[in-house]
Amino acid sequence: MKAFAYERAADAAGAAAAGAHGATYLAGGTNLVDLMKLGVETPDRLVDVAGLPHDAIEELSGGGLRIGAAVSNADLALHPVVRERYPVLSQALLAGASGQLRNLATVGGNLLQRTRCSYFQDVTKPCNKRRPGSGCPAREGEHHNLAILGQSEHCVATHPSDMAVALTALGATVHVHGKGAVPMPGLHRLPGEHPERDTNLAPGDLITAIELPSPDAAAVRSAYRKVRERASYSFAIVSVAAAVSLRDGVIDECRIALGGVAHVPWRATEAEAALKGAAASEQSFTAAAGAELAHAQPLRDNAYKVPLTRNVLVSLLSELCA
Amino acid sequence: MAEIALRINGEEHRLEIDVRTTLLDLLRENLGLTGAKKGCDHGQCGACTVLLDGRRANACLALAVAHDGAEIVTVEGLAAGDDLHPLQAAFVEHDAFQCGYCTPGQLCSAAGMLAEAEAEGVTLDAAEIRERMSGNLCRCGAYPNIVAAIADVAS
Repeated sequence: MKAFAYERAADAAGAAAAGAHGATYLAGGTNLVDLMKLGVETPDRLVDVAGLPHDAIEELSGGGLRIGAAVSNADLALHPVVRERYPVLSQALLAGASGQLRNLATVGGNLLQRTRCSYFQDVTKPCNKRRPGSGCPAREGEHHNLAILGQSEHCVATHPSDMAVALTALGATVHVHGKGAVPMPGLHRLPGEHPERDTNLAPGDLITAIELPSPDAAAVRSAYRKVRERASYSFAIVSVAAAVSLRDGVIDECRIALGGVAHVPWRATEAEAALKGAAASEQSFTAAAGAELAHAQPLRDNAYKVPLTRNVLVSLLSELCA
Repeated sequence: MAEIALRINGEEHRLEIDVRTTLLDLLRENLGLTGAKKGCDHGQCGACTVLLDGRRANACLALAVAHDGAEIVTVEGLAAGDDLHPLQAAFVEHDAFQCGYCTPGQLCSAAGMLAEAEAEGVTLDAAEIRERMSGNLCRCGAYPNIVAAIADVAS
């Protein structure tokens, strides 16, 4: 690992100032330390933000929930309010990583983790995300688990987080020191011509908290379904977060996000539009999935994700509306 | 370089370390505590699992300098003198290993996992144990006996 200077941030303003001058934030380290070992990340200066006072989960007077950026994935997953009123978030967190990783990993770091595309993680290979302009071998190479929606000729990577998919379906807001409130979707960006930028944050922007809106009937009736290559402890091939409420057998409110299929946690707005006011039937669910996936541009070896996403979405909606 | 203090298996240590040192390398290389194993060194196998401030964690992904003041328990600290920890006794009883390389991580992870389940008030059946222990791989495939050993202690 390359040498670096280590310091503890005294406060958010100090951390942000260091970040603006090129320092890299360290929280749980479960992704960053790994990338430093691989030589993918080579910071000169680490600013440890894990000790900042962003470690509380507070119920807001308006009914929402404010989650400090330094809260561990494990603590958030098991928080009684999250389990009861935002089950999709608890389920997504528990579907990610392992028990020991969830104890270390923070929610701020979870949002900012990098893709697990094998070319990104291998410094001997070209990668436009790691080395802009070097090319994307994944397009013709190993891409069976990469993007089918919103990719560009420069990058076909997927965002690896489960938690972010649930937050996108819930319409969470990310509080950023130096920038203010950033809605989800809106934190992450599609690769376009600049796949080296995962998010819309600038150097020095520091995530301090995530805020969940007051739980409506859909949030309370929400769930996460993840398909992996093994039963547990693996990144998503496809995942679906859905929050639905019904009135007399008709879909009233409906929010859906997809994971494992794009450079961002993908809010399925077309599917949502097709479902609002529709009868809660398998026919409606299939039509909605079709509307969303009509935009899919699968690569040579990942076209299987199109029917897989449709089937997982239909199955999860059927279960939620039963 | 940085100076840090850690309490490891009940003993205080003051150490001068390179800030690049992971908790795993500190335990193994600086202190000779070779119980925690370096398997993948990338957080994918769980062989390095220790208890960090009472919670299971991958020592290979934790920079030691970031955990100044922490309390750590490794597999060397699980037994009470000559009395094996109940999980260690159950692993022997159920023949829950073959080569043994993953065992220290399995034991520390199981100890942390049992505490988590108790705090949540969850009853552990075999499926629940498998899910909660999925961060610890066993290349010998001793999983059936590992699950049986943990289930024995959980009940």
